Amino acid sequence: MYRYDEFDHQFVRERTAQFRDQAERRLRGELTEDEFRPLRLMNGLYLQLHAYMLRVAIPYGTLSGRQMRQLAMIADKYDKGYGHFTTRQNIQYNWIKLEETADILGHLADVEMHAIQTSGNCIRNVTTDHWAGAAADEIADPRPVGELLRQWSSLHPEFSYLPRKFKIAVTGAPHDRAAVKVHDIGLRLHRNAEGKVGWEVIVGGGQGRTPMIGVTVRDFLPEHELIAYLEAIMRVYNLYGRRDNKYKARIKILVHELGAERFKAEVEAEYARKPQASTEVEERELARIAAYFAPPPFERLPRWSAAFEEARLAQPDFARWARNNLAAHKVDGYTIVNISLKPEGGIPGDATGDQMRLMAQLAETYSHDELRVSHAQNIVLPHVKKDDVFAVWQALDAAALATPNYGLAGDIIACPGLDYCALATARSIPVAQSISRKFADIGRQEEIGQIKINISGCINACGHHHVGHIGILGLDKKGEEFYQITLGGSSAEHSSIGTILGPGFAGHEVADAIDKILETYLKIREPGEEFIAAYRRVGPKPFKEALYAAA
Amino acid sequence: MPLLKNNALVSDTWLVLGNDDVLPATGDVIVPFARLLRDFESLSRRSGKLGVVFANVDRAETLATFLPRLSAVVLHFSAFNDGRAYSLARQLREFGYRGEIRATGNVLPDQLQFMLQVGFDAFEIGDRFPLQVWQAASKQMSLAYQRGLFRRSAESEIWTERHTDAEPWLEQPHAG
Repeated sequence: MYRYDEFDHQFVRERTAQFRDQAERRLRGELTEDEFRPLRLMNGLYLQLHAYMLRVAIPYGTLSGRQMRQLAMIADKYDKGYGHFTTRQNIQYNWIKLEETADILGHLADVEMHAIQTSGNCIRNVTTDHWAGAAADEIADPRPVGELLRQWSSLHPEFSYLPRKFKIAVTGAPHDRAAVKVHDIGLRLHRNAEGKVGWEVIVGGGQGRTPMIGVTVRDFLPEHELIAYLEAIMRVYNLYGRRDNKYKARIKILVHELGAERFKAEVEAEYARKPQASTEVEERELARIAAYFAPPPFERLPRWSAAFEEARLAQPDFARWARNNLAAHKVDGYTIVNISLKPEGGIPGDATGDQMRLMAQLAETYSHDELRVSHAQNIVLPHVKKDDVFAVWQALDAAALATPNYGLAGDIIACPGLDYCALATARSIPVAQSISRKFADIGRQEEIGQIKINISGCINACGHHHVGHIGILGLDKKGEEFYQITLGGSSAEHSSIGTILGPGFAGHEVADAIDKILETYLKIREPGEEFIAAYRRVGPKPFKEALYAAA
Repeated sequence: MPLLKNNALVSDTWLVLGNDDVLPATGDVIVPFARLLRDFESLSRRSGKLGVVFANVDRAETLATFLPRLSAVVLHFSAFNDGRAYSLARQLREFGYRGEIRATGNVLPDQLQFMLQVGFDAFEIGDRFPLQVWQAASKQMSLAYQRGLFRRSAESEIWTERHTDAEPWLEQPHAG
């Protein structure tokens, strides 16, 4: 894992002092709220429906045990004993006082964390594959590039007042778990015919009210050119992105309005004009960073673990959890443990301070002191020996963290919705809860198989409904919440945007509607065919009939 | 209006003219870009210094050929959170322009250091904040990760510091 050096430490300390001064000036009335807003947003502080919300950056979703313990301490001391893991691999606290925010930032700095640029019209926290460095299918760990981008984008003087927020995602594996095609910039590592690796640069994807799949502007960019090239893209966006209408201000609109070819030409012209100084420093910096991400000292183990197999035979509950929540590790004898933060009837992504401490302890004992936050709002222990998995499960089970529904119908992505968010038009959490209760039977969830149900409480799509296999969008119709259902979205390597099935439903009808959709799928699927594949084969018709024909 | 330069208040000796204001025989003048295009010959024959007000929807490359003759470029912030002028200032510096780049409009202390870092060196600041606030604001952060910024002597670039033995980047002079 990356460790701060003296410069990183000093940078974050100075930033905290700067924010303390800004908050004090706001509290004394020397700054207007309008002037303070972009400053606090660039430090992750939102004003929500009931209180301030602080969003803390978890760069590329990677945490140490010590950092997770500090997040738990903040949850207990400054919030109501819990935190909410987000779809951008961050954590947010919903009950924060402005007066205490600088102190919290100080506690974060103590463990090499911050809240810089988790909001505002600037480059946000870089996200990546939550199995980075562990996944069996990976070409290379994308986190060194993630850290390089974190540093480069932090307080970038040219790009801190962009037309709109800007999100970058990076993947180092062919199976895309970082949703690179629906980000402002997506970077995808791949191998060319000669066996060399380079980065595909994808620009202009996004969700929100105008979902779009990004376009490739460079197919094979050498790694050392990444920073200079991204500067050219950012400059074109900063200069020509629309500022007259915040709903048309994301880079995807610029790419769309200029057309991919003209946009590309602008970027290439800007890149060609840039003073082409040496990229030696970037190369060295990347090498310096990469050394921190060297694989932990894995033991040489057999692929097969007797302890693991015996426990599976002896304990059906463990066997079920192991079947659903483990993923293939690149090293024999190890596995990736996915901890579902989606208990039946729970709030997706929420964890209590005690649960965070337990996960920290498990990471320290069993996972080389590493944890990950996934964009599906779960926690990952990336490097667990198969011999230890049963012990990990027992500890998780005792803390209500062993829900065996990873990747299944109960593993729902949901934004905070109208329960917290000032932008929301409808509640998300109660809908997620009602669906997870409807599918409480894990056996049924297993029968249905891999399915992504994503819920957003407004058109801004923080709950990623456009790329859910089943997407649910909460809207307000004359003061009543109602929910639109889309089918066929995906954020994986064959990205697609879901299409609206038909008229919306009242909140209490949604779970039944999902049930009908999945029953239809079970009837029409071919052997071994996952939901998204079946939908792509047959289209919306049978699902529409099931939902609307009777009515 | 007072002008902040080099962390001190100086008087503004420039005369800002509209498109059709009478051109004085002597003195330093700043004209709109449209007038620069229209009257460039007569403007360059004068002995006084020449500056231009450049809108943030204009493209920097259209100003490139005039830069050797210009001593001031004024970039206006209609709102402090409209960041286009940051890119324009940096582009002008990358073209090799070494004259004044002046920020006008909604210029606030909290953005001052970013402006200095991209190459602004003069600021129309009004009288809402005392000079000490501006002076403090100019040096809130002593470190930056990005390379190729304008910076004061007490500021350093982290990546350059970490790799002092690497080939130097195009060195930028200190701002102001």
